[in-house]
Amino acid sequence: MHSAEGSVLTGTHFIDGDVACAEGAIAAGCRFAAGYPITPSTEVVERLATRFPLVGGMFVQMEDELASSIAIIGAAWGGVKAMTVSSGPGISLMQEHIGLAVMTETPTVWVNVQRGGPSTGLPTLPGQADMMQARWGSHGDYPAIALCPNSPQEAFDLTVSAFNLAEEYRTAVMLMLDEAVGHMLEKVVIPPAAQIAVAPRRFTKKSPEEFKLYECEDGLVPDMPPSGQGYYFHVTGLTHDERGYPAMTAEAQDRLMSRLMAKVEGDADKLMNVERKNLDDAEVLVVSYGITSRVAERAIQLAQKEGIKVGHLRLLTVWPFPERLISELVDREHIKAVVMPELNLGQVVLELERVVAGRAPVRCVPHAGGAVHEPSVILEAIREVRP
Amino acid sequence: MSGKDTMTLQANPVNSPMEDWLRMDRMPHIWCPGCGIGTAVNCFVRAVEKTGIPREKLAIVSGIGCTGRVAGYLRLDSFHTTHGRAIPFAVGLKLANPELHVVVFSGDGDLIAIGGNHFIHAARRNVNITVICVNNFTYGMTGGQVAPTSPEHSLATTTPYGNLEQPFNLAFLADSCGASYVARFTTYHVRPLVNTMRDALTKDGFSFVEVLSPCPTLFARRNRLGDGLDMQRLFKERAVRRDSESTASAIVDLEKGPVVIGKFKDRRRPAFLEVYNDAMTKALGKERFQPYGPVTMVDPTES
Repeated sequence: MHSAEGSVLTGTHFIDGDVACAEGAIAAGCRFAAGYPITPSTEVVERLATRFPLVGGMFVQMEDELASSIAIIGAAWGGVKAMTVSSGPGISLMQEHIGLAVMTETPTVWVNVQRGGPSTGLPTLPGQADMMQARWGSHGDYPAIALCPNSPQEAFDLTVSAFNLAEEYRTAVMLMLDEAVGHMLEKVVIPPAAQIAVAPRRFTKKSPEEFKLYECEDGLVPDMPPSGQGYYFHVTGLTHDERGYPAMTAEAQDRLMSRLMAKVEGDADKLMNVERKNLDDAEVLVVSYGITSRVAERAIQLAQKEGIKVGHLRLLTVWPFPERLISELVDREHIKAVVMPELNLGQVVLELERVVAGRAPVRCVPHAGGAVHEPSVILEAIREVRP
Repeated sequence: MSGKDTMTLQANPVNSPMEDWLRMDRMPHIWCPGCGIGTAVNCFVRAVEKTGIPREKLAIVSGIGCTGRVAGYLRLDSFHTTHGRAIPFAVGLKLANPELHVVVFSGDGDLIAIGGNHFIHAARRNVNITVICVNNFTYGMTGGQVAPTSPEHSLATTTPYGNLEQPFNLAFLADSCGASYVARFTTYHVRPLVNTMRDALTKDGFSFVEVLSPCPTLFARRNRLGDGLDMQRLFKERAVRRDSESTASAIVDLEKGPVVIGKFKDRRRPAFLEVYNDAMTKALGKERFQPYGPVTMVDPTES
């Protein structure tokens, strides 16, 4: 299936990451969005408020983020592709409903245009300090999918991917922009609708009599029922059985949690989305994501001019973490050290250290946020760890 | 109940006309003897039957709490959501599938304390949903804590020396925020309650029905109001029906009375989707605007 003709702004545009994200959502088939104003994400919903009435969609500015984050879950069960958009403080308020979307297996997209935190922090300046929140923010155990674009073009592309993954895995998908990518103006090429692959909602083919809400036909992701068609399904955030009925036992909890985890974590290799550069003979491996990857790229160029063999692994999907790939890379003889810059005081690097497990030194290049790194800081780290 | 009665019941099960509407495979329910929530559900089903709304086009959304369990027992498309957020879930569901009649069925703590912000905004926005609030003056599920509906000086586990705060008048709140329909009855007044639920279900815009209900286990007993039957008697004796009464003066005074009940407000106000489709058509023109959901336009002859 591909994008709906007439709704996609096919062509070459000069737009920022927030606007590109909104256009990506429209191209992906999103027709309902709810949100609450918050810098630096507001341009996404402003764009949707303008564009949705022209393509049969609706944006509602809700009374707060709690309302926005559950209105999209209601809309998704109503049969529509839906998303919400926010930043730091707003995303914190939405955490309970991220859990509800995961627990009820509701396909939804959650855009976080990251700014400096904690608390009100730096509303107009970039950060990448919500990466662990994207992984662990709601209570309880659950799997996470989080994508991280580094340009307006990628904001468009990965928004489409986020919607496709949300449908495929029936879960909450986090799209982690940051203020810099959100407000950066660049060329964005939007392909013809026919060239944009879009995953449709997977509705059950069973009759209401045969249908059980969380019974999986094949694989670990059940099909959804249409609302208003006599399926009389029951959706609850309580631990539930295959019928969707509350089941207050340790056995039911184990059965449900095991499947929710396995459907994402068990597919980590398929979900992996990375960009690899000069990995074949690299002595120093730089791992990065989002806006920081662009600064890292400059530092890598400078290091290479100095004759240092540096490779770059850029994570477009941060969660699930590409554990197997990184493990294979550090097993290679030529890779002697790993460097990870991020716009926080060391978050994803913890996962990197866990995977590297002492096989090579891992150097974190932290930054508290509010600006991007100076390339020289990353260059200095590369120089220091080179063999 | 005597042992003999129990045996008779087991030997000759009597099928209730409600059974077809209930998820019988989830019985027994969790509600206490004397609780009014079951009565409210019973009235709701009878009201639905009177409206003729096709069952598959009816969806029910609850929050968390004793009344929050209603969604789990009714054989409808049903959603048991998070604490306080049933209304915004319902708004999303309704706007995504405007063919559905979406009903929020939840308690006073859920809808008015933690969910109070959503309540006032949904009434203001006038989204076409029905909200039924079972007001039992307390938090039942968590063990009898004070609620924003608890009478002044009443006892609760978190107000062991009496409630210091003035309770909300829910009907006044809904009315002042612009709800299209506002009514209040009690679980004693089942016939008018059925009729008012029927009116609310067929009303365009945000309709609100408050159902005063006994919580014998946690509210009545602690406040020496007796059991469920005593509470029903209290409702009978204190209730004064005043249709079209100003909601500001429609008070609930359990101690001295009156408990004002009635159909307080029934106003014509275009619902959210009508306003949306009409405004967008005007702003963008029929050629450009893609209407949302089944198209209903505001009738220009009505003010």
